[in-house]
Amino acid sequence: MFRRATTLLGRPLLAARARRFSTDLPAAPTADSQFVEAWNKVVPNLDPPRTPLAFMTPRPATPSSIPSKLTVNFMLPYSSEKSGKEVGFEIELLRRIFALADLLEDKEKAWNRGLIFSFDVDMVIIPATTGQMGVLPGHVATIAELKPGILSVHSENEVTKYFVSSGFAFIHANSVADIVAVEAVPVDQIDSSLVQKGLQEFTQKLNSATTDLEKAEAQIGIDVHSALNAALSG
Amino acid sequence: MAMAALRREGRRLAPLISPQSLTALRSSLISEEQIPQGVRSISTQVVRNRMKSVKNIQKITKAMKMVAASKLRAIQTRAENSRGLWQPFIALLGDTPSVDVKKNVIITVSSDKGLCGGINSTAVKISRAVHKLNSGPDKETKYVVLGEKAKAQLVRDSKKDIEIILTELQKNPLNYTQVSVIADDILKNVEFDALRIVFNKFQSVVSFLPTMSTILSPEIVERETESGGKLGELDSYEVEGGETKSEILQNLAEFQFSCVLFNAVLENACSEQGARMSAMDSSSRNAGDMLDRLTLTYNRTRQASITTELIEIISGASALEG
Repeated sequence: MFRRATTLLGRPLLAARARRFSTDLPAAPTADSQFVEAWNKVVPNLDPPRTPLAFMTPRPATPSSIPSKLTVNFMLPYSSEKSGKEVGFEIELLRRIFALADLLEDKEKAWNRGLIFSFDVDMVIIPATTGQMGVLPGHVATIAELKPGILSVHSENEVTKYFVSSGFAFIHANSVADIVAVEAVPVDQIDSSLVQKGLQEFTQKLNSATTDLEKAEAQIGIDVHSALNAALSG
Repeated sequence: MAMAALRREGRRLAPLISPQSLTALRSSLISEEQIPQGVRSISTQVVRNRMKSVKNIQKITKAMKMVAASKLRAIQTRAENSRGLWQPFIALLGDTPSVDVKKNVIITVSSDKGLCGGINSTAVKISRAVHKLNSGPDKETKYVVLGEKAKAQLVRDSKKDIEIILTELQKNPLNYTQVSVIADDILKNVEFDALRIVFNKFQSVVSFLPTMSTILSPEIVERETESGGKLGELDSYEVEGGETKSEILQNLAEFQFSCVLFNAVLENACSEQGARMSAMDSSSRNAGDMLDRLTLTYNRTRQASITTELIEIISGASALEG
């Protein structure tokens, strides 16, 4: 009986949001006035540069009641078409990318368009470094670092699972979750035989590693592969 | 000069040499040295050469435009796709161009190759202005230069302030890995309180917006959060993972830098191709205009010489008749 109560309650709000005139645009500032002022004082003959704020899509304000859906923004860079020939990279993130990129059967299929994928969902489970973290609408504002693992998106009765290599998740108080990942692949696109092979390879590398750097590299490879393995079996 | 001397000599030698031999001497000299007075045929050789070179230039600029257009198409989608990447960071940390810190590092993103309009000089101009804005008695502002062109301009007057110069960014197609390596390089070798990335944001083929992104160091983020300035909201966020909050902030700042730099480099590369395309388009158009004018001059000269010849023939004929 009360199943549709939330939608009914939400409707007038939505209608109010839809009815907008050009005059009552949100008063979101597009530039930092303090900065512009200082700029004009020092360099009066040059326009101040834009700042990212000018290109930012405005975020909704925190609603007073908890909304029924969680908005998930999923951001990815345009990740490379596998350019793993380079050497000399040291950021841990990169190791994870490469470890992952090797596993994709078809690199073109990689879910790496880098766009903002925004969906309204019921729940997401985020692989934070402290453990799996379920996020529902109205979650407390959180910053979480991601580890290689499964990101599952629950909407209605569908569950979509992605393997993410690493990144950050910001959960805002207005029931918007931003997930920035370096790479994400739908789990069903991962080839399990390649995962096994990679796992063996990196285990071997760890055993034969002599320097700390090599050890760390191999360890990261193992971490990613075992996470993938767990994702596939689980 | 030679003619006048010859005439003078001729006058002196006139009693000695017969008139026939003098004309023979004169004609042999003239054919090599100068067009005689009274003959009004104008050489079209110079104009023809000029036309040929202008035509070749036009061909080159047209080809460059085509190349830039195809490169632009490839890079534009990538740049647009990367635009989502920095937004979460701004949503979380806010935009803080006016933050007042001691050690500023200005990262000027420019291109390696020229012939792309004013994007590099714009970036340099903005960087200089940012430098001026952030300089003070107890402040230290340094440059990190990406790209050959900004280097050439900045080395001239602020060599001592340049910390790192990185070029040949676009040897391979830009990717996140490569940019992360650069970001890592910069983070390791430069001490900063705030990084300011100056680049041209691509808007359309003919317009780019000079943009400055600010990235704060973890210590400054913490300081600002505590003082409750623009980052005051950050305190309300719970932090998951990591040993301490500062560790997470460190990771966050590094990740933010690589993401923002990735977008900046792509946007700038995209603007470069767009600028090159429009610059080459206008130069092919200019070459076309020039060619038209030269063709007109050429034809007019040709016609004039024909007309002169005709007049000479006709007047000669009528003189004989009369």
